[in-house]
Amino acid sequence: MANRARTSLPRTAAAHAILLTYTVIALFPVFVIVINALKTRRAIFGHPLQLPGPETFSLVGFQTVLQQGDFPLYFWNSLVVTVVSLVFVLLFGAMAAFALSEYRFRGNTLTGLYLALGIMIPIRLGTVAILQLMVATGLVNTLFALILVYTAQGIPLAVFILAEFMKTVSDDLKNAGRIDGLSEYRIFFRLVIPLVRPAMATVAVFSMIPIWNDLWFPLILAPAESVKTVTLGAQIFLGQFVTDWNAVLASLSLAIIPVLVLYLIFSRQLIRGITSGAVK
Amino acid sequence: MGALNLSNVQKSFGPVDVIKGVDLEVADGEFCVFVGPSGCGKSTLLRMIAGLEDVTSGEVRIDGAKVNLTPPSKREIAMVFQSYALYPHLTVRDNMGLALKQAGEAKAEIAEAVARASGMLSLEPLLERRPSELSGGQRQRVAIGRAIVRKPKLFLFDEPLSNLDAALRVHTRIEIARLHRELKATMIYVTHDQVEAMTLADRIVVLNAGRVAQVGAPMELYNDPANTFVAGFIGSPQMNFLKASALGETGETLGIRPEHLEISREAGRIPGTISHVEHLGGETNVYINTDVHGLLTVRLFGEHRFEVAEVVHLTPDASRQFLFDAAGERIRV
Repeated sequence: MANRARTSLPRTAAAHAILLTYTVIALFPVFVIVINALKTRRAIFGHPLQLPGPETFSLVGFQTVLQQGDFPLYFWNSLVVTVVSLVFVLLFGAMAAFALSEYRFRGNTLTGLYLALGIMIPIRLGTVAILQLMVATGLVNTLFALILVYTAQGIPLAVFILAEFMKTVSDDLKNAGRIDGLSEYRIFFRLVIPLVRPAMATVAVFSMIPIWNDLWFPLILAPAESVKTVTLGAQIFLGQFVTDWNAVLASLSLAIIPVLVLYLIFSRQLIRGITSGAVK
Repeated sequence: MGALNLSNVQKSFGPVDVIKGVDLEVADGEFCVFVGPSGCGKSTLLRMIAGLEDVTSGEVRIDGAKVNLTPPSKREIAMVFQSYALYPHLTVRDNMGLALKQAGEAKAEIAEAVARASGMLSLEPLLERRPSELSGGQRQRVAIGRAIVRKPKLFLFDEPLSNLDAALRVHTRIEIARLHRELKATMIYVTHDQVEAMTLADRIVVLNAGRVAQVGAPMELYNDPANTFVAGFIGSPQMNFLKASALGETGETLGIRPEHLEISREAGRIPGTISHVEHLGGETNVYINTDVHGLLTVRLFGEHRFEVAEVVHLTPDASRQFLFDAAGERIRV
């Protein structure tokens, strides 16, 4: 445990109280969605904050979700888009960051600033142009269109964070590799990437959530049945006059699971990276 | 094999000139040390020899062949870095063998070269460990071993002892000197520590602000410095610089080493008061405040009793004093 001389019980208790309060507030909406997904329609409206009991328990929402529409396919689409986009963001972002932090060339700072602009200007401003581009290239209603857009959306932040981290990687190590005859690619993949893994995990977590949750671009670029993502698929239960709340809540509950799994994978990397660096 | 030749080598980073024209010959088998204060360009010069920095103008030749555009891995050099720079994901054995593996050597030859180098440095028990499982001294020995494995024409050392503690530094210094005798290889060694330079070098290159201030054997630099910079840099404690005119000498500055200043309670040419005394056992350093020359240092061998605030008189040994002109250059008579 922590050093006793430096901590006092009231202070620890206060810190924990604040953190616990915040955790409850942050998790409350998720909690409400999950408990209501397991209740009958009447119980959802009657007592929205009550836990499902023997009379109110019902899986009807999940049944609807699995029968109507092709949810396994939507999940698969979302997963493909998210994972492939993340891989591209991390790969190209890290490569650009390495170039910007490692090599001296004309226009280095300018290129860095240009990429940083992408963080400040939301990509949705360019929706019309993007749609025209996708129509012209025949990419409308493909997952690849979404992957391209999300890669573009994620790269600026990735470059910004990773370039800072890569500056901290020892020059001696890279130079030792050069003297031993390693190619720049091997120096990048074998020496630099493992050392910035915590930063990569951070970038992955930050980029992943907006991609998974996005409704805008799937709706505009890929609304066809075969390429629908989960968020778009869940919209079929939101009608203009009638909304099937059981199904909406059930699909949202299901949509949490894959993100949770991805997050757990990355956060373990994150923690491992931090501790290995600290002990050295 | 292993001669190095630099002719009018220059390096600029944009508008900043870091190396302002260096000419140097290093003979085969020589141990050459670059020494100078931080920022004098010694590391940059070493990295230019290694090929890690481009040469702005001038020529770098290894064994007569111009290598300005040769990539580092093709120059047949090996480098030992201050921060060890071992590959964290490889074992000691693979760290040492990587360069040969990249060069496409046969497995048996790599194993033999690694065994030979690890034998010289007694690294055998560590071969299967990773760098994170080694102490600082062990890591530096592995880094040196990695250099030996390649049988390079030139060994380049970039402040290899700076991260080690004092005892280990002396030990590793002796080890490097022994390796130089056994391998008979050309070694270029960069340090800011003049003790390392004096103890290891066949020849010392003193660098100041991107220029060579003086080149010579350690004792040449000590006994015959060409300017105030070299005179002040070589030798510890630092040389005293006195006002020459006040002592009736020609030139601007009179340099005299602390060990060549005579101290007396009765009489002498320069009066002063003792401001501090350091007792080191083997030697005693006495710091004396004087009106004309400022703070002067006297180094006495053995144990001596002096008290702070005592009035003493100093006399420079005329046969060991150096005279310098206003620009700091030596006046030879």
